[in-house]
Amino acid sequence: MQSLEGYRLLDFGTAQAGPQVAQLLADMGMEVIKIETRVKPDGVRLGHPMTGIGTGGVDESKWLDMQPVFHIMNRNKLSFTINLKHPQATEVFKRLIKISDVVLDNFSPGVMARLGLDQPHLEKINKGIISMSLSGCGESGPLKDTLVYAPLIISLGGMESMLGYYGEKQPMNLIPGYGDTNASIHGAFAILAALWHREETGEGQHISLAEAYAITNLLGEAVMDYNMNGRVPGLQGNRHPVLCPHGNYPCQGRDKWVAIAVETEEEWQNLCTALGAPEWLSNERFADKANRRKHREELDKLISAKTVNYGVYDITAILQKVNVAATPVMNCEDQYNDPHFRERGTFIEMNHPLVGKEIVYGNPMRLSEMPPEIKRIAPGLGEHNDYVLRELLGYSEQEVAELVKEQVIY
Amino acid sequence: MKRPFSSLKVIEYGENISAPYCAKLMAGLGAEVIKVENIAGGDKARINGPFPEDEPDIEKSGLFLSLNANKMGITLNLNKKKGAEIFKRLIETADVLIENNAPGYLAGLGLGYDTLKEINPRLVMVSITAFGQTGPYKDYKAYHINSCGAGGISVGVGDPKREPLTMPLSQGGYEAGANAAAAVMAALLARRKTGKGQFIDISEVEVWATTHAGQNVMTFLYRGVNGVRRGIHGGRTYPNEIFPCKDGYVCVITPQGEQWKRLIEVLGTPEWSKNPKYRDRRTITGQTTDEINALMIPWMLERTKEEIFKICQDKRVPCAPIYDISEVINHRQIKAMDFFIELDHKKAGRLKYTKGPCTFEKTDWEWQTAAPLLGQDNEQVYCERLGYSQKELAGMKKSGVI
Repeated sequence: MQSLEGYRLLDFGTAQAGPQVAQLLADMGMEVIKIETRVKPDGVRLGHPMTGIGTGGVDESKWLDMQPVFHIMNRNKLSFTINLKHPQATEVFKRLIKISDVVLDNFSPGVMARLGLDQPHLEKINKGIISMSLSGCGESGPLKDTLVYAPLIISLGGMESMLGYYGEKQPMNLIPGYGDTNASIHGAFAILAALWHREETGEGQHISLAEAYAITNLLGEAVMDYNMNGRVPGLQGNRHPVLCPHGNYPCQGRDKWVAIAVETEEEWQNLCTALGAPEWLSNERFADKANRRKHREELDKLISAKTVNYGVYDITAILQKVNVAATPVMNCEDQYNDPHFRERGTFIEMNHPLVGKEIVYGNPMRLSEMPPEIKRIAPGLGEHNDYVLRELLGYSEQEVAELVKEQVIY
Repeated sequence: MKRPFSSLKVIEYGENISAPYCAKLMAGLGAEVIKVENIAGGDKARINGPFPEDEPDIEKSGLFLSLNANKMGITLNLNKKKGAEIFKRLIETADVLIENNAPGYLAGLGLGYDTLKEINPRLVMVSITAFGQTGPYKDYKAYHINSCGAGGISVGVGDPKREPLTMPLSQGGYEAGANAAAAVMAALLARRKTGKGQFIDISEVEVWATTHAGQNVMTFLYRGVNGVRRGIHGGRTYPNEIFPCKDGYVCVITPQGEQWKRLIEVLGTPEWSKNPKYRDRRTITGQTTDEINALMIPWMLERTKEEIFKICQDKRVPCAPIYDISEVINHRQIKAMDFFIELDHKKAGRLKYTKGPCTFEKTDWEWQTAAPLLGQDNEQVYCERLGYSQKELAGMKKSGVI
């Protein structure tokens, strides 16, 4: 048995934030039905498959099922295609909503209401239903219609203004879609919290998650500093308010870096000794934390001149042996080959019928008795139409044929 | 009104960000959280500022205050036999234990999950660490910059010719804490059926490496090394840029062809846009990116970020100003959302706090009490709940148990 077995979620999400919320829950056993339509497929399905196989003679109509990025965010889900705007779709939805627990979307605010799928409508069909809408800036207010992608979310939420080299002005872009990924983790928590409440009281409700302000919510230190002292933080670089040294230092090889952070006097002494620089210990400029912070640029240069002579895994082992926090700065290749991730099974190899070997990231919510599982790769478009219509909703074969013919199921 | 988690009792034995943030999410929805702090100064977040007027005071740390509202606070020395005994008594009636000590630390004190579940089989325990409870690096010492680096995030921030940058304000702690909270809820929902708790292993590095950066690993097979920093450029399709403008910076990103066309129109369809070299955004890479940025920046420099934001969004071109914290806090959108609450604290006074990461229609976040003073609730917990006398309390204080 898995922890969330018995719950059913209808995933109207597209792109990243919505689908990832549902993916986190599907890995834990929730039945997630991805609501799709050929009229407008999830953008992540579109385009030339990055695998390059598409050019090798595979029928172009199959490309929609061949996108690795789609596969990873939609694994463990079922795909049901229905044209939301078709008048006959309403009846099918009514039946489906009646037997579901959660409805999730990341459309622009107002879309679910226009489709008759917002909380007031849903509640009429299923009193205990929970719905979640993810939006950039909220479902009401002056910025509600702002068109956003992940980098714009962290710009509006205040984090981008801190991403860059300390003392400089130009902010640096962030490669991972943090605005979306942060929303997905908090979204998963909020849905489970609402399910708990429903189990206790029978009451459903709507949850609104404004991705930009879910970011602001994580800037507590900066919010407090502003409230207490009126201070506005600029680019943070690798500086820490207390820890020093604290940085990513170069190692042998191209773009290889070791992250080192020192908190206690003992760690500082061990760092100096292990790097073969006992003279730093008698240097007054580094005599205590305050002095080290004051002269941190000089200190960073001295440390870099030492670390650059080592391979990143070697210096990591040397420093960890004396209890100094040092770890490699890893890129995706490093991670994939790393013995720690290998042993924990952080990444999983799977086989897709059209694509072949794929690497899938795991789910970090490791429950001892009910660990997350990746039972299957993402569904083909409409792969589970029969299951949903026949098994779940009880339509006859003939009725299904009719719905397909009318392009309700499309 | 009944709060959603009002039937849940949580014990937190953690410090800094990850475990306290996990417990904060529970506390804000009505769980009773007893925060257990060591007797040697308590949670380390108390010594990390910011402090009012920059004067260090363990009762006024902004980081600590922002993470620990709605919690009761007690002190307890788990290294003493008596302290460990009292901890077990707290566990007897708890639903959840949240901790972020090094792997094996609690087990070493005779307080590992195997022992605790004998006392309380319904207990859900979550341990949040950098590398997790298993694997060759499990005992590695790691601060935030380490987990962010090993998690595959840092390599994606900064100038490709310079050192990679960590995420600001220890974001990894928040992400691991939120993920831990989701996992706790999954275990609690399962417990409704099985009657049994379970142990949860959350690795901060793994949270980074999967949900956040995992897409890089999976595209590795097809595109080689991916997700490496590109300075002011973001993803692969042009543009995803941070441009300077008259009074700051804006971010512009147009993943769809139509959006790119509309951006060119917004810019007034300049002569350069007719150059075949610049027409298809998908072929703009490397040096061409810098060339075309140089052509666009003068237009940006003539306008303020609010002007560019409005012009672009009016034409459905995705763009946003880079707001600093004061611009976010004072923004008309955040004011319309009722995003902040105010709490009185005995030492730090009345302050504004963020309410939460989302809004619940019926059971929204409620914050009644500011973060506890060190050991503030010792008497209530030890005497009123566990039944120790005032004399015993004094004795425990004297012998360094609390």
